[in-house]
Amino acid sequence: MVDQKMLNCEQVWREISNYVDGDVEAGLRSAMDEHFRTCQRCASVLAGTRNVVQLYGDERMLEVPAGFAQRLEKRLAKNAAVKGGGWSSWAAWLVPVAALLLITGSVLLTNSLSGGRFLRSHHAEPANNIPPDLVVVVSDGSKVFHVAGCPYIHDKASERTITAKEAMRDGYVPCTRCLRQYLKTGLSGRPGVEVADDDRAEAEDEGEGVLSTAGH
Amino acid sequence: MSEPGMVLNNPVQVGTREQDLILGVQRGQHELFYELVRPYERRVYAAALAILRNEHDAEDAAQEAMLKAFANIRQFRAEARFSTWLIQITVNECLMRRRRERTVVMEGIDGRRSGRDDEESEYAPRDFADWREIPSEALERKEVRQRLAEALGTLDRKYREVFVLRDMEHLNIQETAEALGITVASVKTRLLRARLMLRDLLAAGWEQGWFSRPPFEKGNKPW
Repeated sequence: MVDQKMLNCEQVWREISNYVDGDVEAGLRSAMDEHFRTCQRCASVLAGTRNVVQLYGDERMLEVPAGFAQRLEKRLAKNAAVKGGGWSSWAAWLVPVAALLLITGSVLLTNSLSGGRFLRSHHAEPANNIPPDLVVVVSDGSKVFHVAGCPYIHDKASERTITAKEAMRDGYVPCTRCLRQYLKTGLSGRPGVEVADDDRAEAEDEGEGVLSTAGH
Repeated sequence: MSEPGMVLNNPVQVGTREQDLILGVQRGQHELFYELVRPYERRVYAAALAILRNEHDAEDAAQEAMLKAFANIRQFRAEARFSTWLIQITVNECLMRRRRERTVVMEGIDGRRSGRDDEESEYAPRDFADWREIPSEALERKEVRQRLAEALGTLDRKYREVFVLRDMEHLNIQETAEALGITVASVKTRLLRARLMLRDLLAAGWEQGWFSRPPFEKGNKPW
């Protein structure tokens, strides 16, 4: 605990940023005020730190390259034009919904024919020890979460980062590729299952790709 | 309506207009989106540049972040500040780009450098020039702005990012921590170091007159 009546310069420097932000408690503040009155060096450090905050906080420090605004406006307009009817167009939902129904039906049919044993997805496997605070990436393209940079992220335009805990709470499941280490691998006891699972993961990813593509 | 680049100094008026614009875009008036983001385009670009350190990449990332904001605007909730939401999308976009582009080598270099001046260790000011005046009018001069940008560019990435989000983008400590995925304590430590390092870098220039007179006058070279 700092003896606030006897602050030395090092203690003042350690708190000077919080002091500038008004983020020190009253006792410490008055001890620092007193120190600044008697210490020329620390008063100079304080003045300089304040100047830094003021100079860089000025709007004039935020410069953009020539033509930036025009290029941005053009790109936004182009994007809006591509979107066409946009979010309010109910017809835009028909394709992905139809694709979803078709694929879900196919999977259910195949699963029922095979007794449901061999098409059990990695996604159905519980995650194993995923750190809850791990920052992961989700997107609107699927209900799968990924490590940033995973090549199997769909609908990259809607990527956003959240924690693994939040992702699982919101119903996302871990990507079988980039988060494989956290999945319970293998459907126990079946020889050669690793290879088979790899193939299925591939198929699942491609399936998601179809859904995602259809969703655009 | 505010002109591009104008300081937004009437929060109530800005807030009401901004809320109208947000609602309009959410309801499908896409043409309003540019008007909504225009006051923040410089902040978005500055955040991108602080992270990516390349003007071309920063511009592309800034545009991409705006497009993502557009695509996700229905998810924006009124209790948040639109500017903070937009900056956070920008930071996410830039951090993802940096990871994607596998700048592992650069990270390693940064890591080694930060090992040398570990943020946990104390940073002692080195220059005690009596810098009492507030030379904000000096910012009218392009050379001064350039000097400041160069000084900022010399900071290690972790200090630069925190400083830009906190002192240039005006996010609060908590928002800065969330945007960068670091703790509040780390934000405070890095911010302290960034401010003191910049003070040292600029105090030398202050003594040599960067801020008080043109730096290239005869007999007044700042080096």
